[in-house]
Amino acid sequence: MLEILHYKFMQYAILASILGGVSCSIIGVFVVTMEIPFLGVTMAHAAFAGGIFGLLLGINPLISAFMLCLLSSLLIGPIADKAEFNPDTSIGIIFSIMMGVAFLGLAMIPGPKTEALSLIWGSILTISKIDIILMTIVCSITILLVVLFFKEIQAVIFHREVAASVGIPERWIYYGLLFLSGAIVTTNLNTVGGLLIFSLLINPAAAAYQLTYNLRTMFILSGCFGVLSCFLGLFFSYIFNVPSGAVIIITSSVIFALTLLLSPKRKVKKVGQINESNG
Amino acid sequence: MPYIVDIRNVTVSYRENVALHNVSLSVEEGELVAIAGPNGAGKTTLLTVINGLGKLLSGVVKVFGIEVNQRNINQLRKAIGYVPQKLNIDPRMPITVREVVMIGRYGKIGLLRKANDNDKKVVDDVIDSVGIRHLLHRPIGHLSGGELQKVHMARALAQEPKILLLDEPTANLDLSAQKSILELIEKIHWQKQLTTFVVMHELTHLPQNCGRMILMKNAKIVFQGETQKALSENILSEVYDCPVKLLKTDNGVIVRALTNA
Repeated sequence: MLEILHYKFMQYAILASILGGVSCSIIGVFVVTMEIPFLGVTMAHAAFAGGIFGLLLGINPLISAFMLCLLSSLLIGPIADKAEFNPDTSIGIIFSIMMGVAFLGLAMIPGPKTEALSLIWGSILTISKIDIILMTIVCSITILLVVLFFKEIQAVIFHREVAASVGIPERWIYYGLLFLSGAIVTTNLNTVGGLLIFSLLINPAAAAYQLTYNLRTMFILSGCFGVLSCFLGLFFSYIFNVPSGAVIIITSSVIFALTLLLSPKRKVKKVGQINESNG
Repeated sequence: MPYIVDIRNVTVSYRENVALHNVSLSVEEGELVAIAGPNGAGKTTLLTVINGLGKLLSGVVKVFGIEVNQRNINQLRKAIGYVPQKLNIDPRMPITVREVVMIGRYGKIGLLRKANDNDKKVVDDVIDSVGIRHLLHRPIGHLSGGELQKVHMARALAQEPKILLLDEPTANLDLSAQKSILELIEKIHWQKQLTTFVVMHELTHLPQNCGRMILMKNAKIVFQGETQKALSENILSEVYDCPVKLLKTDNGVIVRALTNA
């Protein structure tokens, strides 16, 4: 069983699961608390569209995916603020544009579209050293930025208008987090794929949200759940010989279901306790 | 003496609606100013042009003698406490009362810096002065309307502001919470020698020592002067477009709208 760990591809897969799990689930805290769950799926479609056009133009699909993803993340915030939309509306607009662009590109690819479709499903077992390096950079930057700007992020998550009113450069922080989300989604395309990454952004953070009223703890728990989802998903995928991305998502969903059951936030006081506290 | 807030010919428009039309207002340091008027009169917008959250179409706003613009607004906001109208807070929000009060310090602390002992002392002092120590470790989403309002006032005071902007601080509160908030506003205004602007929806809830009153209607200031003069049945009937009856009591006035019939 353990001999599988001697293989390079498995070592990379384990590393990728740790790096991807941490970065996706950390930015997921922002996505969940700001109530913009479709940010993940929009970024994934932008990355998918970018990847397809990379294949069409003969450039590295990861680079073109990265460019389009970052462009989308840069547009979402200003569109919502300038047009005074709910951010979800702005995300929906970018999502529909990216989906249209992706399908257009897909139709333009001649012959089999295996390489393009692999961007949707991803495969953690086929990632390269370059992917690992990129994921390490993005994961490190994510952790560093969250630590350095924790108080500003906390204020923005609490309420954007309040954050602005106390003199925090709230727009830079908010747009920066959207931008970071785009970077994280793109670098994790190869692990769980463009479509399934949505769940990896949401599930670990939503699970952590069930367990704590402390934002720091939520970031840490979310990171742990993200790594656990990827790690266990990878393990079960190897054991049962099934696609890793799908198992990672199912694992993260099971973790969420368990936290929902155990959540102290759902507890209701019993009548006896109420009588006791009322003296 | 220079005005602490000087608003000159300001017009603000949200899409096709004019929220403020050619409004001018000058306020001296230490004044307690009440702003009242019907819904949609522009009261909240008048507050937000002072801290730069409202975007000007034309005109000039000077705060502390400095013209407000996008370059200096974050700096100016550090000395302007703002309590917006009722905020919707997710009951599961992972932030405690103490952390919300500390957010008031974040602008002054600055980027890439941590709260020091002085910041913590300031937060502890305002927590005691507002009387919310018993709530300190409660999640912010678990508070009643009155408790939440006090926490927001503490958060604004943690900025150690020179100007305090309060937008309908007694809205949706029960009688006891209204009384408690009004007493708190007066106490902190005098104790901390602030310049306070308070938007009041119900004139019965005017702070007792409010010296100056601004009445707004249709995006314009239609009256500004002493509160006693503003509290006239004729003026209020015209502002609110309905007959108004004032009942004077030892503790202030009770304002009632009468039916047109």
